Amino acid sequence: MVIKLEIRNITCGYGSTNILHHISLIIETGQIMCLLGPNGVGKTTLFKSILGSINPVEGSVLLDGKDVSRLTNKYRAQVIAYVPQAHTPAFPFKVFDVVVMGRTAHIGIFASPSKIDLEISKDALADLHISHLKNKIYTEISGGERQLVLIARALAQQPKLLIMDEPTSNLDFGNQVRVLEEVQKLSGKGIGVLMTSHFPDHAFLCSTQVGLMHRNGDIIIGEVDDVVTEENLRLAYGVEVKITSVQREDGQRIKTCVPMLSLS
Amino acid sequence: MESTEKPDIKTTPAVYAKLNVIDSYEEERDDEEEEEKRDKTKIIILVSLLILIVVFFVSFVLGRYSVSIKQVGYIFAAKLFNLPQTWTIEQEIVVFQIRLPRILSAILIGAALSISGAAYQGIFKNPMVSPDILGASAGAGFGAAVAILLDYNVFGIQLFAFVFGLMAVGLAYLISSIVGRGNSSILLLVLTGMVVSALFQALISVTKYAADPNDKLPAITFWLMGGLSSITYNDIAMFLVPFIIGAVPIILLKWRLNVLSFSEEEAKALGINTKKLRLVIIFCATLLAAGSVALAGIIGWVGLIIPHLARILVGPNHKDLIPASLIMGATYLLFVDDIARAALSMEIPIGILTAIIGAPFFLFMLLKGKKGAWL
Repeated sequence: MVIKLEIRNITCGYGSTNILHHISLIIETGQIMCLLGPNGVGKTTLFKSILGSINPVEGSVLLDGKDVSRLTNKYRAQVIAYVPQAHTPAFPFKVFDVVVMGRTAHIGIFASPSKIDLEISKDALADLHISHLKNKIYTEISGGERQLVLIARALAQQPKLLIMDEPTSNLDFGNQVRVLEEVQKLSGKGIGVLMTSHFPDHAFLCSTQVGLMHRNGDIIIGEVDDVVTEENLRLAYGVEVKITSVQREDGQRIKTCVPMLSLS
Repeated sequence: MESTEKPDIKTTPAVYAKLNVIDSYEEERDDEEEEEKRDKTKIIILVSLLILIVVFFVSFVLGRYSVSIKQVGYIFAAKLFNLPQTWTIEQEIVVFQIRLPRILSAILIGAALSISGAAYQGIFKNPMVSPDILGASAGAGFGAAVAILLDYNVFGIQLFAFVFGLMAVGLAYLISSIVGRGNSSILLLVLTGMVVSALFQALISVTKYAADPNDKLPAITFWLMGGLSSITYNDIAMFLVPFIIGAVPIILLKWRLNVLSFSEEEAKALGINTKKLRLVIIFCATLLAAGSVALAGIIGWVGLIIPHLARILVGPNHKDLIPASLIMGATYLLFVDDIARAALSMEIPIGILTAIIGAPFFLFMLLKGKKGAWL
């Protein structure tokens, strides 16, 4: 069953300042959409409006045709999971406790997690190959491990769509690649992923769609090859880049983007 | 050219099989470890319950009029099973009319303050928070001072204290909602709580200043120091109302409290109606705090240190933390009240004792506490 999240012509922001103007995009289960764009362009604001934290001034966010702002948090959480950037909570929870919290939307209001919930959480850890972290203290593991734990928590939520806020930031090179591999696997399982990244290469590696946001409020949406071009990156980030490609063992060519540092 | 002869470690079947074995072995060991941990938590809670029971019975023995523990046990057993009376009527009065209400109130208030503190710490995502953070104590203190000034009886004082305690917190919440335009953030709430608290502290000073220094002023001062000496069964019955209305929802919602310790956005994305849940918890925790102050005056530190002690022993998961806080808080206040009434020939105000014992105890925990498992 295809589930569609449609952002229809929204304008939103904080207080009286609007950060996003007339943005529209669609994401479906099985797709990966990567949002690129400079800092402060409103990627996080867009996420907040999808998650119902802020209401758009104009336009609407529709989940299968239903306005997200009218859904209960519980209902929405059963369909959309959110992976924040790795953080440090106030209390030293065990990693497993954190992952089990992904089950919140599936648990009755007065209930504690059942055996099934614990099994699902265990599987989520195993899927990300981090079962060994299960009994560690969340606040004591590395930033990369925390990011993986947060992804595991989102998986335990068993969502159809995943919203990831810079899932590769704070990660070393190996963990970045691992997270991208996971993202690709998730879309293989039919989950739709909307993620932000600071690296155009990540869009080349795993996304089917790209949204490139500009400072002036424009957004270019389309296939990665059409959107991530030297010209568009220069316009968005104000830096010179060259795009080249390398050949994979199976013969497929993968594009990559190399910044041209100004020589002065 | 890539060499095709180099064996890829991941794809070698033998290695892969071996890795799998190790994996499943580790998982089993992890499960065992986890089971052990759960057992450990259960044992800690059970042991604290046993300690509470022991302290409960020992508390009957303490005091000027001597009753042996044997006699206490026999009196209880006799009442339960209709055994012949072998004790004096004085002993029965001391046990049932003087010591039992006091012991029960210490247990209830200790439990109430500790659950309230644990819940407040959870929603404010901050282990430094105590139940008076939003002004419950200052408000209740002011209410009691006004009632004393107006010559009201004990019931009037309790009612005023309770209502003003709730009002102070309501005011803090309302102001934070207005300032935050409907979205009261945690930080804003703490700040408005501080403002309201300071305001009511000042108002308490005003009532003290206006009070007759011969009888009213000592009454107010003494009331503010806290004490369980004059609590009757009627008072306890009245306190049971806010206690049950406050404690039961927190106990039922204890697992969800965990999710509130994460950021607003995350908690919402995990499927929680943060605003509603937070409001319910604040209301319940405030009922407990204001009810306690109304019954026994201002007893500080319990709501701050007991959740810490519980967190050291059973971990931060509120599923265990709330029951552990309840039991340990009850035990702690009962213990401190025993000292308050039996250590010296005169009664020591319990509010002073909880601070005198609490401060070094807290420092001790800071020094000795395993840092990672706690803060």
